[in-house]
Amino acid sequence: MAASDANAVPAVTMRARAIEYIGKRHRFHVWEALPWILIAAAYFVFPDRMTFGTQVLIAIMFALSLDLILGYAGIVTLGHAAFFGVGAYTVALLTARLNWGEPVTSLIIATLISAAAGFISGWFLLRYRGLTLLMLTLATAILLQEAGNYRSDITGGYDGVPGMEIWKLFGVFENDLYGRTYYIYIAVLLFLVFLVVRRIVYSPFGAALTGIRENVRRMHAIGSPVHRRLVAAYTIAAGIAGMAGALFAQSTAYTTLGVFDFESSAKVMVMLILGGTGRLYGAFAGATIYMLLEDHLAKLSPEFWQFGIGLLLVLAVLFARRGLLGLIEDIGIYFKTGGKS
Amino acid sequence: MSAPALEVRDLNRSFGALRVARDINLTLERGARRALIGPNGAGKTTLVNLITGALAPSSGSVALNGEDITKVSQAERARRGIARTFQINQLFRGLTVLENVVMAIGERTGDCNNLWRPAGTKRIIIDEALDHLDSLRLVEDSLKLVRELPYGRQRLVEIAIAMAQKPRVLLLDEPAAGVPSSESHLILDVVASLDPDIAILIIEHDMDVVFRFAQQITVLVAGAVFTEGAPKDIRADERVRAVYLGQDAGAGHG
Repeated sequence: MAASDANAVPAVTMRARAIEYIGKRHRFHVWEALPWILIAAAYFVFPDRMTFGTQVLIAIMFALSLDLILGYAGIVTLGHAAFFGVGAYTVALLTARLNWGEPVTSLIIATLISAAAGFISGWFLLRYRGLTLLMLTLATAILLQEAGNYRSDITGGYDGVPGMEIWKLFGVFENDLYGRTYYIYIAVLLFLVFLVVRRIVYSPFGAALTGIRENVRRMHAIGSPVHRRLVAAYTIAAGIAGMAGALFAQSTAYTTLGVFDFESSAKVMVMLILGGTGRLYGAFAGATIYMLLEDHLAKLSPEFWQFGIGLLLVLAVLFARRGLLGLIEDIGIYFKTGGKS
Repeated sequence: MSAPALEVRDLNRSFGALRVARDINLTLERGARRALIGPNGAGKTTLVNLITGALAPSSGSVALNGEDITKVSQAERARRGIARTFQINQLFRGLTVLENVVMAIGERTGDCNNLWRPAGTKRIIIDEALDHLDSLRLVEDSLKLVRELPYGRQRLVEIAIAMAQKPRVLLLDEPAAGVPSSESHLILDVVASLDPDIAILIIEHDMDVVFRFAQQITVLVAGAVFTEGAPKDIRADERVRAVYLGQDAGAGHG
């Protein structure tokens, strides 16, 4: 602090600098192209691994939706799989029960229904915080799962929805054996979703979400309609999670009640924490690393692969509390300041 | 004569058998400068919480500019013009000083309902925020994270946020608490120079400050108004002196 007093910047300069900084903060940086270059490159480098690539993209979208509420608004939920499941089952039941397998319209319907589920459950649950909320979100996912199990005559229960038939994309593109079509389809959707989430995060509304995470008492005191803001964010996140679930159902033409599992909610949270919360790209890094590890470790040891994931999580919690991207940032700062901070 | 800025009528609040507010009556005229004093545990912060709506009263009413707001939510009261500072900082510690103030303006103007426009690009809001910071000589810290600031400067951010709410009624809960006396003068100077139209209620332990700043003083003891009056009357009141000398052994918290 003493050093900064010695070479204090005149207030006028500082004012201009502050206006400059805050006015340009939302602009794209060059490095932000990197994940998209990698996603495009993967298509050409691993053309026969695109079914796996598709699942990675879906995981990224799912984790990104969680980042909006967990990373930005600070809503701790263990039931986010509920919306992924609603999205997947909307698609599955549309084709299996109503013979409607058109991908784009069913995707839109699934997104809207998931968002509606987010709005309704959020309206009731987001009055609570912390452990209470954790339990209630968990219970919501279990209730949905049990409802599906109760009416297994409709849903097919844990055996999965029978007779799913997803039509050609735009009536033209078949989902080929290698999943190339869906890789492109989902990559484009992920990009659009990302642009929307990024826009929201940098908006005044996004700032208010951050404010709720940082200090909810202060938000009440400055007149913020906290509940309304949280419900809005939760609804959007539920819609995106539902979209990811719908894409899962479409790309695999397969859905079971397992999508509602607690494991699924926990997994997406682990992905996000591994990558880093509240920084958008944490979802990209975390989901990709988790999926790659899961894939490799499962081949290496079909029985004990979860040990590797567990070890990684322990290491992350011990040495990279702010996730992988947080760690990279810290290392960057360390070298910039010559190890002084 | 217009309605008083703030009018508290027969306010009661109990936690179980503990009555923390007993039949409190308190009026702030427009532009009032009133101090709220009393020994520890007298219920001063509780009264602030009841006025802002952070706490619901068991009975009684609160009116703002003649309108009953007893049933109105805390956030809505804030939007209608009640601002407060906290005895212990309640700031967005991971955000910059500038963002802390911009947040208050954004919520005041309704700007925070916008999901699409990039925050920080509306010059009128940024300029206003910087003006508030300027009046508190905080501009040079505007891009620092709040948690990087020394405590005394964080206290100023509390006041900057309250000012950014453009309140009609301002409740200051020990604004200089926890600040070394060398810096507390700056805070109290700032308080003294606030818009004379704002009705201010200040909780403060430093009697020099109270007697210099306040035009009226309310003394709260055990959740009830013990007495109120002009500073010279309170200073001369033997009973007030007895209350303070008798119970104020561990001053510092209210």
